[in-house]
Amino acid sequence: MAKFNKKKSSELPPISTASLPDIVFMLLFFFMVATVMRENTLKINNVLPNADQVEKLDKKDLVMYIYVGQPVKELQGRYGKESVIQLNDKISYVSDIKAFIAAERASKREELRDYLTTALKVDKDANMGLVGDIKQELRKENALKINYTTREGDISANQN
Amino acid sequence: MARRASPEVNAGSMADIAFLLLIFFLVTTTIETDTGLNRKLPPIDDEQTDPPVIKQKNIFTVLINGKNQMLVEDELMELKDLRKAAVEFLDNGGGTGEDACSYCKGKRNPASSDNPDKAIISLKNERETTYSMYISVQNELVAAYNILRNRRAEELYGQSFAEMEAAYDNTQSPQFKSEKLKEQIERIKIEYPQKLSEVQ
Repeated sequence: MAKFNKKKSSELPPISTASLPDIVFMLLFFFMVATVMRENTLKINNVLPNADQVEKLDKKDLVMYIYVGQPVKELQGRYGKESVIQLNDKISYVSDIKAFIAAERASKREELRDYLTTALKVDKDANMGLVGDIKQELRKENALKINYTTREGDISANQN
Repeated sequence: MARRASPEVNAGSMADIAFLLLIFFLVTTTIETDTGLNRKLPPIDDEQTDPPVIKQKNIFTVLINGKNQMLVEDELMELKDLRKAAVEFLDNGGGTGEDACSYCKGKRNPASSDNPDKAIISLKNERETTYSMYISVQNELVAAYNILRNRRAEELYGQSFAEMEAAYDNTQSPQFKSEKLKEQIERIKIEYPQKLSEVQ
């Protein structure tokens, strides 16, 4: 006959931690799927306005980004409080846009150059004077396809 | 000697590895906003004087001042009424004879636009206008065009204009880059062209 061991259940069995990594992996997969590797560190405050007639920006590699907004607190001493432009990782001025576009165009293949879009990611409190200047520069450079990046939502949230 | 059951692998270190990866991704990625309003800027050519005489009634002026107030056709208007006013203007079809518009459903008011392909919306803003107001106005105007295009596409082809464009661009749809669909899209674009001019 088999021996019957008398089970001593005087202590609680240790909680199995085998499922802990599963939970963490789920969070990890969520982040891997829903995010993109950050291209640029934002040196400006950038709260985008809402719009409902938006279209998705596909072809990420054919997009150049121009960020506009007030510099972050730490940099306000150097750059002031007015809205500035950020190209790639540096705070720049309207006159630098020409060189920026030329550099972006040079890095793409010949036949794709006409499909380059410029994504204007402008803070919602920025004034139109600066945006108008940027558009004028873009027109001079013949970069006519632009996209005003906005979040999808109702425009009533823009007024405050 | 009976084989000992192989000892259980301690799962605690798996969690550590997973946390490390998670922190790495949290730090190096962002949830990027990649939606927006697609627009086309007009090319710069040496600002020729106003092209062929455009009748005043064919121009819909929208002015935004530095205090974010909006003047439409010289009258103050709230943002919520802009969409409807723009649709009324574009779809008016007040023209007669060769300017007549066979597909417009508007009031045919002779004081408003003749035909959607002659109707121009002119947007002017000042340097102090905030970007959010500008985007709201652009949104409403683009919405007016989309409403009319979608309605026309439904009448002609039974699907909305947005669906047609999506089918054209979608690699998985059977109509991907089909010539026939392209022609249909072009037709709708010709019937309701986006003539939105932003004067400086």
